Amino acid sequence: MGAKGVLFDGSIAASALVPTGWDMKETARSLLSSLVGKGEASIPPLVATGYGRKSVDGAHRTVTEITCHAKGVRFLDGRTRTVLDIGGQDSKVIRLDPSGNVVDFTMNDRCAAGTGRFLQMMAQRLDFSLDEVKTLAADGEVQPLTSMCAVFAETEVVTHIARGVPQETLLRGILQAIASRAAAMVAKAGLAEPLFFSGGLSRIDSLAVLIGRELKTEVTVHEKSPLAGALGAALIAWEDL
Amino acid sequence: MADYRDMWNGLGIDLETHDKLCDALPVLFGETFLDQKDRPAAMDYFNMVIAEVHGLRIKELLAHKERGGTVVGSFCIYVPEEIVLALDGLLVGLCAGSQFWVPAGETLLPRNLCALVKAGMGARISRTCPYFQSVDLIVGENTCDGKKKAWDILADEAPLYVMDMPNKKSPAGFALFRQEMEALVRRLEELTGKTLTAENLLKGCERVDRKRRALDRLYALRKADPLPLSGRDALLVSQIAFYDDPERFIAQTEALATECEERVARGQGVFPKGTPRLLVTGTPIVVPNWKFHAIAETSNLAVVVEENCTGTRYFEQKVSLPEKKDLASLLDSLAHRYFDGIHCACFSPNEGRLDDIVRLAREYGADGVVHLSLSFCTTYQIEEEKLRRRLAAEGIPFLSLETDYTPGDEGQLKTRVEAFGESLRRHR
Repeated sequence: MGAKGVLFDGSIAASALVPTGWDMKETARSLLSSLVGKGEASIPPLVATGYGRKSVDGAHRTVTEITCHAKGVRFLDGRTRTVLDIGGQDSKVIRLDPSGNVVDFTMNDRCAAGTGRFLQMMAQRLDFSLDEVKTLAADGEVQPLTSMCAVFAETEVVTHIARGVPQETLLRGILQAIASRAAAMVAKAGLAEPLFFSGGLSRIDSLAVLIGRELKTEVTVHEKSPLAGALGAALIAWEDL
Repeated sequence: MADYRDMWNGLGIDLETHDKLCDALPVLFGETFLDQKDRPAAMDYFNMVIAEVHGLRIKELLAHKERGGTVVGSFCIYVPEEIVLALDGLLVGLCAGSQFWVPAGETLLPRNLCALVKAGMGARISRTCPYFQSVDLIVGENTCDGKKKAWDILADEAPLYVMDMPNKKSPAGFALFRQEMEALVRRLEELTGKTLTAENLLKGCERVDRKRRALDRLYALRKADPLPLSGRDALLVSQIAFYDDPERFIAQTEALATECEERVARGQGVFPKGTPRLLVTGTPIVVPNWKFHAIAETSNLAVVVEENCTGTRYFEQKVSLPEKKDLASLLDSLAHRYFDGIHCACFSPNEGRLDDIVRLAREYGADGVVHLSLSFCTTYQIEEEKLRRRLAAEGIPFLSLETDYTPGDEGQLKTRVEAFGESLRRHR
């Protein structure tokens, strides 16, 4: 988990990521000082977003992560009509009209299944680091998983380990399970193409490939997509000027 | 509140546990209602009713029983109040709206069942709802699988009668409902020792009709912009309609409506003119479940109408009295009022509900529709897909929310609701 900030002056002038501590207000202050420098006399127009949006001192307004995320993604890829975002603890789908306005969204945030936390738990069981997960090839043998509840899936994975299923085969099964779940969420919201995949899990190339196969569509990813929410907030602040 | 401990003791209430409930409710009520700005003065009465919900009203019910009357409890608006009143009974809604009762309910029922059914069962077996303890009979109804199977367990704990419900709006479905109403009449006559006549039924119809028209009048004022009263307060009034003395409720609701009419004439509102307006539909919102309305209305949105059993479905339909006022014809008309016009998700297909939602959204000038469903409510959650398609075709923005009575998801709900508000503002 981290707090992200973007400074925008017509293009991305600076960006920063700090770990979210216990004190949201303090986190926001340290993020801000790393963006604009401690000596700055005035803080530029500031839009706060995310679950901690009400804790940012000096923000001139707050906007939800749905609106900000959509805005940020459209800046990274202006053609985007559907955003799939899978972060550490939640996942969401946002559908946009041709001008980039939010028309519909769904969120899953009461359950860890299919999120970064789920992958992290499973990878740990298999003694994989997240960096190693990133290098796993999309093609190869797959051990299907039937349970998507983080608790039950762990039991299932342990059973397969005991049966001697190779780690990579199992890991691919876990990614496939996440991809199927994400694809179902997109399909339910109604896929408008092109699809943009953002959030921490979008940095796993094979996951993007698997999601694309499930939905039979091209999947766009972007190295700056984890910043999309903060970027969107900065763009809104820029427009407010 | 006066000291009601002797009364509660006499009802077999678990006083120690009940005290905890009595301590929690004023805090929740204060945060949700009393902190609002510019509330109509006539809301004071409804504040009092909630403060006395387990006190004064129970005392009145017991006094009614002393005089030889009966008290009937129910969970559903398909139970005809007209018949209960005709037989000198009072109909009250039973406790089912708080997490407080859920753990007790889960000792008998599966956890993956809707909070309303679990809370209802829990309130009875934990002996912390004085309504449950006061009723002579509970009238259940088979409007979902959860209730249908739970009744069988509740029957071991409390005096219970179950009305069967059709699943289809067809002539055969109507015939079943009409028969079940007739059977309920027999059961209530047996309970009360009184006989249903055309005369007493007409009186019952007249009384309930006035209650419905009072709510009609109040709700019509929610079509104004700015709004003369908040969605929270309107919800509270509808919730209280299920418990309160009908005559007093009618008088107080009329007084509130008069005050709101004056506000509308002056252009006075509780939210700024132009605040985005929401229609809420879905599962019932019973006392003290004020979660969604509080979240929406602290996110610069206004709830203008509820298409659910604690909203328009409760009062919109009227009984059209037959020309011939004999008992059978009156019962026919009454059955048609309930069967034809109330569109519960226990019916499939249920196009009438979708039509109602679209019509109400237009009538109340709603900018968007929120489907609010309790987790594990199969009928409403499945029906949501039909609603989603219909609203897309009508061009009405839609948000789906699923929650239960547990606190802790307010932040997540607020994010969704605020994001919906942001897109509605742009949509305008």
